[in-house]
Amino acid sequence: MKASLTLGKVTDFLGLGFFTTLKDLFTGKLEKEDFKDFLRKSVVPLASILLFVGLWHLGAKSLYNTEADFKIAKALKDQGQAAADALTACIASGESSCQPNTLPSPAQVWESFQSLLRDHNIISADKAAFAEKTATLNAKRVAAGKDAIVYTGRPSFVDQIFRSLQTVFAGFLLALLIAVPLGIFIGLSPTLKSSFNWFIQIFKPVSPVVWYLLVFMIVKTILIGSTNDSSFTISFISVGLCSMWATLVNTAMGVSSVDKDYINVAKVLKLGTFQKIFKVVLPSSLPLIFTGLKITLSVAWMVLIAIELLAQSPGLGLFVWEEFQNGANDSNAKIIVAMFAIGIIGFLLDRIMLSIQNWVSFDKTDAI
Amino acid sequence: MAYLELNNIYKTYGQGDNETEVLSNINLKIEEGEFVAIVGFTGSGKTTLVNLINGLIQPTSGEVLFKGEPVIGTSHERGVIFQNYSLLPWLTVGQNVFMAVKEAFPKKSKSELNEIVKNYVEMVSLTPAINKRPKELSGGMRQRVAVARALAMKPEMIIMDEPLGALDALTRGNLQDEILNIWGKDKRTALLITNDVDEGIYMADRIIPLRPGPKATLGPEFKIDLERPRDKTEMNDNANFKETRNAIIEYLMDIGNERKSEAKEAYVLPELTPKDFVNQFR
Repeated sequence: MKASLTLGKVTDFLGLGFFTTLKDLFTGKLEKEDFKDFLRKSVVPLASILLFVGLWHLGAKSLYNTEADFKIAKALKDQGQAAADALTACIASGESSCQPNTLPSPAQVWESFQSLLRDHNIISADKAAFAEKTATLNAKRVAAGKDAIVYTGRPSFVDQIFRSLQTVFAGFLLALLIAVPLGIFIGLSPTLKSSFNWFIQIFKPVSPVVWYLLVFMIVKTILIGSTNDSSFTISFISVGLCSMWATLVNTAMGVSSVDKDYINVAKVLKLGTFQKIFKVVLPSSLPLIFTGLKITLSVAWMVLIAIELLAQSPGLGLFVWEEFQNGANDSNAKIIVAMFAIGIIGFLLDRIMLSIQNWVSFDKTDAI
Repeated sequence: MAYLELNNIYKTYGQGDNETEVLSNINLKIEEGEFVAIVGFTGSGKTTLVNLINGLIQPTSGEVLFKGEPVIGTSHERGVIFQNYSLLPWLTVGQNVFMAVKEAFPKKSKSELNEIVKNYVEMVSLTPAINKRPKELSGGMRQRVAVARALAMKPEMIIMDEPLGALDALTRGNLQDEILNIWGKDKRTALLITNDVDEGIYMADRIIPLRPGPKATLGPEFKIDLERPRDKTEMNDNANFKETRNAIIEYLMDIGNERKSEAKEAYVLPELTPKDFVNQFR
């Protein structure tokens, strides 16, 4: 039984089936008739990744040259030949102060990624040292009924990712808790449906920025006088409100479109209202509800960046914004690293939702 | 007083100009312990009739009386076997039956209920599949689950809406025997809706044809005077059987022809000639 939970299952779970065929190739298990399959599943995706990186590299190089030529031409025009020569030499030497500011190449991004990891290690070590140093003092403070001293240093890139994940999960949970019950009520009652329809139609297309401002207005007043930082609260509520619509609409649709046969069964068996909802209506609308939740989670992750940026709530969004404002030599590369982090995490979240959906759905083929 | 009585039933769907009368002037009496079959073409309003009797829908006018009481909703006294099985796909065979039994006998303990479930699943010989989901079962097995679910509630009357329509001939024959066996054991009242005349003759005491809708109404009844248990091979040589069978089929054919001649609407087809693609490009 344990052997069945192998690479194959894990990669299938992640939707990266081609790793399995790749493994088969190395372990010599690949049959001749599998070769086409292997080509399609392993070689083609890998080739497309290489092609992507190659095109990126060439594009970045061309942009770099354009920017450099422009800079040199400007120096020549404004300051004369000597300054232009100096700048050319400076650019060629790789000196960081005079590098053209443009799309970073894959190598630069990779370098930035590693530097971010190094940075994370330094900060973690610093944090651990701080915790050790303040351990006895904090114990005393807590015993005396005072707040413990917390680490207030700069968060690392990895910390920002975890903070973003926290915000997204809090927002997602909020969306789930509002949208699923509300969707069930709306789906069950045509009266509620018609009374809520305008509400859904009007608020569904509202942009994340506006949601943020709305939540900000309300939460600011509610938490008036509180000294705590409300940016986390504001950002997760905005994320939740922004992303809940897909779940709301899908739940309502799933609940209101239960197969008539099942409803007839419920009637013939004379199930009570609660029994009917929990034993018939909900299980049959689960696939649709989960499709909604999947969309909600990906929307939540997508709007998170914009909302964190506005709310000044620590996380990937703020990281991107600060790097952009920072304008340091490797800022652009760091932004691209964050972009990949956002993309890959979004992809993993989607996969996790899909697996949960497959797991709870009665009909495995229904999962979309 | 008959056990089940339908008096002057009319059922219409839609409103105003779109109103169509599906059932028209239906009168039917079924005695206790009787096995009655209603035979009709597809689309003749059979399912509407069944839903009226089991209480899922109400007649536009007229009344359905069950043991003298008007039928205003569904009841555990009337068990239904649906045409398309209607099993809940997210529950196993056992859970599907259990759900029905639990509703029918709310006072029984869980172990008693489980015992009932086990017995009825055994009765339709699905014990090995008790933990499987409907998706993993064949059509015949699914229908047997539906039979077990309906019977496990110990209804006083069994209503079957083309229960074997989607099955192959062999499975069909087996299930017919199983249903007859169960019916014979405690002589419950049974109503079978079918489109198969032979099935009706093999199983029922009386056959009533349903004249096709719109405005479907019941035709004259045919009594089946054959000894039970009936044997399919012997039956084929029985003069009585042949006579009844021919009479019913003749009657149904007549209505079929009647219906055809009634269809007066002529459709004018547009004059079309296929475009010559081949010569166009030469």
